[in-house]
Amino acid sequence: MKQFIIFIRKEFKHVFRDRKTLLMLFGLPIVQIVLFGFALTNEINNSKMVVLDYARDKGSQELIAKLESSRYFEIEKNLLSDKQLEAAFREGKIKTAVIFPPNFYHDLMHTNKTQLQVIADGTDPNTATTLVNYIQTITAQYQQQVMGQTKLPYRIVPELRMLYNPELKGAYNYVPGVMALVLMLVCVMMTSISIVREKELGTMEILLVSPFKPLLVILSKAVPYLIVSLVNLAVILLLSVFALGLPVNGSVVLLVSVSTLYIITALSMGLLISTTTASQQTAMLLSLMGMLLPTMLFAGFMFPIENMPLPLQVISNIVPAKWYYIIVKRVMIKGLGFASVWKEVTILFVMTMLLLGISLKKFKIRLA
Amino acid sequence: MATVELHGLMKHYGKDKIPAVKDVSFSVKEGELFGLIGPDGAGKSSIFRMLTTLLLPDGGNATVAGYDIVKDYKAIRNRVGYMPGKFSLYQDLSVEENLNFFATLFNTTIQQNYELIKDIYVQIEPFKNRRAGKLSGGMKQKLALCCALIHKPEVLFLDEPTTGVDAVSRKEFWEMLKRLKQQGITILVSTPYMDEATLCDRIALIQNGEILTVDTPEQIVRNYPFPLYAIRSERITHLLRHLKAYENTRSCFAFGEYLHLTFKQPHEKAVASVTDYLTHEGHTGLECRQINPTVEDCFIQLMKTA
Amino acid sequence: MIPYVIKADKLTKQFGDFVATNQISFEVSKGEIFGFLGANGAGKTTAMRMLCGLLTPTSGAATVAGFDVYKQTEQIKRNIGYMSQKFSLYEDLTVLENIRFYGGIYGLPARELKAESESLLEKLGLQEQSKKLVGSLPLGWKQKLSFSVAILHRPQVVFLDEPTGGVDPVVRRQFWDLIYDAAENGITIFVTTHYMDEAEYCNRVSIMVDGCIEALDTPGGLKTQFKAATMDEVFYQLARGAKRQAD
Repeated sequence: MKQFIIFIRKEFKHVFRDRKTLLMLFGLPIVQIVLFGFALTNEINNSKMVVLDYARDKGSQELIAKLESSRYFEIEKNLLSDKQLEAAFREGKIKTAVIFPPNFYHDLMHTNKTQLQVIADGTDPNTATTLVNYIQTITAQYQQQVMGQTKLPYRIVPELRMLYNPELKGAYNYVPGVMALVLMLVCVMMTSISIVREKELGTMEILLVSPFKPLLVILSKAVPYLIVSLVNLAVILLLSVFALGLPVNGSVVLLVSVSTLYIITALSMGLLISTTTASQQTAMLLSLMGMLLPTMLFAGFMFPIENMPLPLQVISNIVPAKWYYIIVKRVMIKGLGFASVWKEVTILFVMTMLLLGISLKKFKIRLA
Repeated sequence: MATVELHGLMKHYGKDKIPAVKDVSFSVKEGELFGLIGPDGAGKSSIFRMLTTLLLPDGGNATVAGYDIVKDYKAIRNRVGYMPGKFSLYQDLSVEENLNFFATLFNTTIQQNYELIKDIYVQIEPFKNRRAGKLSGGMKQKLALCCALIHKPEVLFLDEPTTGVDAVSRKEFWEMLKRLKQQGITILVSTPYMDEATLCDRIALIQNGEILTVDTPEQIVRNYPFPLYAIRSERITHLLRHLKAYENTRSCFAFGEYLHLTFKQPHEKAVASVTDYLTHEGHTGLECRQINPTVEDCFIQLMKTA
Repeated sequence: MIPYVIKADKLTKQFGDFVATNQISFEVSKGEIFGFLGANGAGKTTAMRMLCGLLTPTSGAATVAGFDVYKQTEQIKRNIGYMSQKFSLYEDLTVLENIRFYGGIYGLPARELKAESESLLEKLGLQEQSKKLVGSLPLGWKQKLSFSVAILHRPQVVFLDEPTGGVDPVVRRQFWDLIYDAAENGITIFVTTHYMDEAEYCNRVSIMVDGCIEALDTPGGLKTQFKAATMDEVFYQLARGAKRQAD
């Protein structure tokens, strides 16, 4: 036991004395959250918009006020003709335009049906779609406010995503994704590199020749990175709650337990890599190519899996990050309990056991 | 009783089964300082790794402290100290932290076996808070030796401890080994430096995975089959060329400022004839005398017959 | 006509407070074999790096092949060869591919390179092995080959950093035969070694202690000066007094 403790203490010293490692361990999650949460988000703020109001009635004024009060749009009102509108689009000054026909409010009140023209700059289709979505949502809210629960003049079908993300926050998707990515990266890379480094130093030979059990060598390599990863998890969750305003809706205990399981999956993968490589560079490359890429591609937070060709969809099933991502989304965002994720947890558990088994079996008590 | 015993030990590597150790047998007595001497790639590290249970042999068998290196690997791991060739300790841990780590790993403390390492440790103690990565080559060597000794092993395996270390540090290192030997530890050490051979009780000369000879350095030197002459002149490079072309030359190699020469026909007039020949070739300041061979002479001679 | 191929004058390199090499001065003439000895950490590597144009000196002056180590490092690199125990050829290329690669780096014309590589293979007796991967050759062959490659472009000076570490006694001597050959062809040899008998093979030897050159003379001269029978004793007398413990 004493041996075990001093070994773990040594591992922590390695981590804390190497600024580069330290930066990677704790800088990475923060950078990732900031990058994905803010910079790469598909949320758009203060997009320039013009309004051509031919109606100038109560309805148009109220809706314009609503659009303007949202943080998504910044309205430049003073356009008077279609020609000016065209010019503004061409110069790229504005991204969207909303045109109110004459009698906007009158028609709405009396025929239950009115028209509203929305024009978007389609050069960037993603942005355009998002902006049009925002306008639709805001219009729908206005409708409800005016009409109460009566029949809507035009139907707005809310997307599934918006059901749990009424404000269309990008972070809702990214936080679970970043968790899957960072934990995978840190665990796989750190364990594999730290074991391979002992091989390069020649200390692995001494460790093997010592009475210290080989299994304990592995365990003492895994424990520090498990702890580091849990700290990382806490950092990510705190960041998402306090910086992104994204609460943990479900059980924190469940979230942490599932994350621990996922961390163990990643640790066994790191171990597996370390048994097959002899240099730190190879270990690093294998971790990056073998882990980071599939996790990014197949976890489902960057590219929707349901849009992929069938063979890729099948492949995505063997990526642990995919299951973890599903679980975290359900627990953290939808606030669901264990009953709704037990299937995914079982899959992840079986994967972990399999990986751990293989890597333990492959770990040699001798050199060759 | 032999502390280490090898019988026809073999090891080959890779798909092509390139042999690294071919049918090696020797034994090391208790308390002996035994040297395995040969160039890089001779198979020294492979033998050490098999004896420390890190590699499985492909043929033959061996015992260390009475235990079989395959079956009883756990027992051996408790009884040996090992310093691998490329061993460089944890660069980011301090001297004391390194030593403490290895002590705990072997279920002991620095205090418990302090007597054993005291001689060596006092030399590095002033730097005990310095990181191992910032030590000089000689200092690192001493620390590594302390780490290998800290659990008071019965047998100590040192794989090329002096490679790349300067002449002064090498001398100091061998003096430390002599003192350790007096404490009753059996020591196996490998080295590519032939001049270190005379510091061992017995040596095995090894080349291409084969043992050339096993004996005391004195006996190996005594077994050298020819009279050996040291010869020099004022133009040593030309001397070598002329002697290589000389009809009665069996072998001629540079050794420092002299050339070492053996004759095909070592008759009484051989020296006089060669001196005549060289004078005729224009050499001045000639000096030629019979000498005792060194282990290096023996190695070269054994290599050629092998 | 350049009187000296290497000329160092109070060459100094300081890293922070640490003076790695302290005002070293010496000259090496054309075709000379100059032994550069010193204990680990005495500053040999730093000095060698400055002379190769890899490190800018803190103060002092030096020229290599007539070029200034401050301003003309590119010219220096073109006129020197370098080989160390660690620097090896590409293990996963064949003997011939390695020769062609290094010849190509120094811009040898194709025809000349072809002739050169053939004569080189013949000299080393490696014709049979020319299509073999370098990784499969014994260490001694590798060292001899990498020395030959280092002087392929006929540099004025070749720097050898412990070229014979770990090779067998016969190959070690064959290696020195190559060095003598090169020196006779006018290539200046600047060599470090831990084998004291090899110090005897040099025309002149300098011994560094704690960043300074403490002795510089022919091996015979040094032995007389220090009243020692062998170079080993000379080295021991000097290096024993070293204070420096860190690299």
